[in-house]
Amino acid sequence: MRKFTSDHEWVDIDGDIATIGITDYAQKALGDVVFVELPSIGATFAQKDEAGVVESVKAASEVYAPITGEVTDVNAALEDTPDLVNSAAEEGGWFFKMKLSDLSELDGLMDDAAYAELIAELD
Amino acid sequence: MLDTDVIETSPPVLRRTSLYDVHTRLSAKMVAFAGYDMPVQYPDGIIAEHLHTRAQAGMFDVSHMGQLKLFGRAAETGLERIVSADLTSLRLGQTRYSLLLNPDGGIIDDVMITRYDDHLYMVINASRKDVDIPLIMEAVQSAGGAHEDAVQIMSDHALIALQGPQAGAVLQNFAPQSDRLMFMQSAVMQVAGVPAIVTRCGYTGEDGFELSVANKHALALAEALLGHAAVAPVGLGARDSLRLEAGLCLYGNDIDETTTPIEADLGFAIGKRRRLARDFLGADRILRQLEDGVDRLRVGLMIFGRRPARQGANILNGSGEIIGQVTSGGYSPTLERPIAMGYVAREYGQDGLKLGIDVRGKTIDAQVTPTPFVPQRYRRRNVQ
Repeated sequence: MRKFTSDHEWVDIDGDIATIGITDYAQKALGDVVFVELPSIGATFAQKDEAGVVESVKAASEVYAPITGEVTDVNAALEDTPDLVNSAAEEGGWFFKMKLSDLSELDGLMDDAAYAELIAELD
Repeated sequence: MLDTDVIETSPPVLRRTSLYDVHTRLSAKMVAFAGYDMPVQYPDGIIAEHLHTRAQAGMFDVSHMGQLKLFGRAAETGLERIVSADLTSLRLGQTRYSLLLNPDGGIIDDVMITRYDDHLYMVINASRKDVDIPLIMEAVQSAGGAHEDAVQIMSDHALIALQGPQAGAVLQNFAPQSDRLMFMQSAVMQVAGVPAIVTRCGYTGEDGFELSVANKHALALAEALLGHAAVAPVGLGARDSLRLEAGLCLYGNDIDETTTPIEADLGFAIGKRRRLARDFLGADRILRQLEDGVDRLRVGLMIFGRRPARQGANILNGSGEIIGQVTSGGYSPTLERPIAMGYVAREYGQDGLKLGIDVRGKTIDAQVTPTPFVPQRYRRRNVQ
């Protein structure tokens, strides 16, 4: 199941593990990504806490934790190939995984249709 | 996660250059810059546009910049009172980089001045038009010039930059005479059948030209240049990364009214005659800095690791004390690493010195490095 935030992050839910990245719309808006600052494994975040930073040629932008939980894994490939965020934003360019602590938070996220509607309004 | 300024669409009050339809046709991403709706990048993206300019030729719309003509002796006398250049030594068809100064020696703007037979042609920064133009008017008037006759603001002209190692070869197709121009020389000639002020200069460190043409001809000229296989459109994003690699200052970032030419390492812009005569604005302070040294100076900073240091980041010494600030910083597509420039306290200015930069609480390693970061490739007479 894939959900989206209004901050242009995607969240894939598999059991109690969420994989998080930024959407294709977001990577296009950012332009060439040159650096990604990932959280540490074991770090805990509340929903909407700043969990990382993505830097394009132009600017630095925060990445927020879409849910409350603990970081269980990070995408080490982004360290040497941050441009994976451009070439595969919603696949190989994932940022980090979190262990969910409050399943009800997922209800506040958008589904495919709602997110498509949001970006249609922005364009 | 997105910064609003990255995705914000431009409000309708913004001014459009005469190349707006070209940007639209090319699906540029537009941003507000100095009151204009300007292309920050085209679909290829900043890195591709940057590398294309270094490899072949990029075309930039820089029509937002201010262009002026100053006619008559009073205008020249008046202008000289507020700039750092020795205008008497400026030869016909020669262009000079100069600084508009305030009475404290702070930099009001950095400008280009070219001598033509009956006028001086000037290009000023877009963001400084509202400040510069009244100052220039006032200076011309105080020197006895009637400003309505002496100062012509060329808002009816567009400015197109063509930059890159292929720029010379490309322009020769459209203006055979352009080949005789060397770096910092200027002439009026037909380009693709339209009259243009052609100046061999730029803001990328590459060979190239700035072409000033009437607005009504700009679109046709831009399309003609873009029709050449070596030319790609380049937006303001790559313009910024190119000038940073070339070690060139951006007004508002690296220089402003609080920085002097000596602190900014722009002492070359003060004419020798002016130096000896001590007759430019802020001369006391600037010449004292030349003799006694400055408290802070602008340096290049090579960054280690992938994390870019941006404008405003604190520069630290070995003990972690703040000894300066980054004024421009970003990713260098040519060097494939972050680079920056900034001001450091005098004792930390020597090349090779290792310093730290605080980026969001993490100290990254940096080294004071001579600029340009990427060698300039201007076309000078003694080269090739």
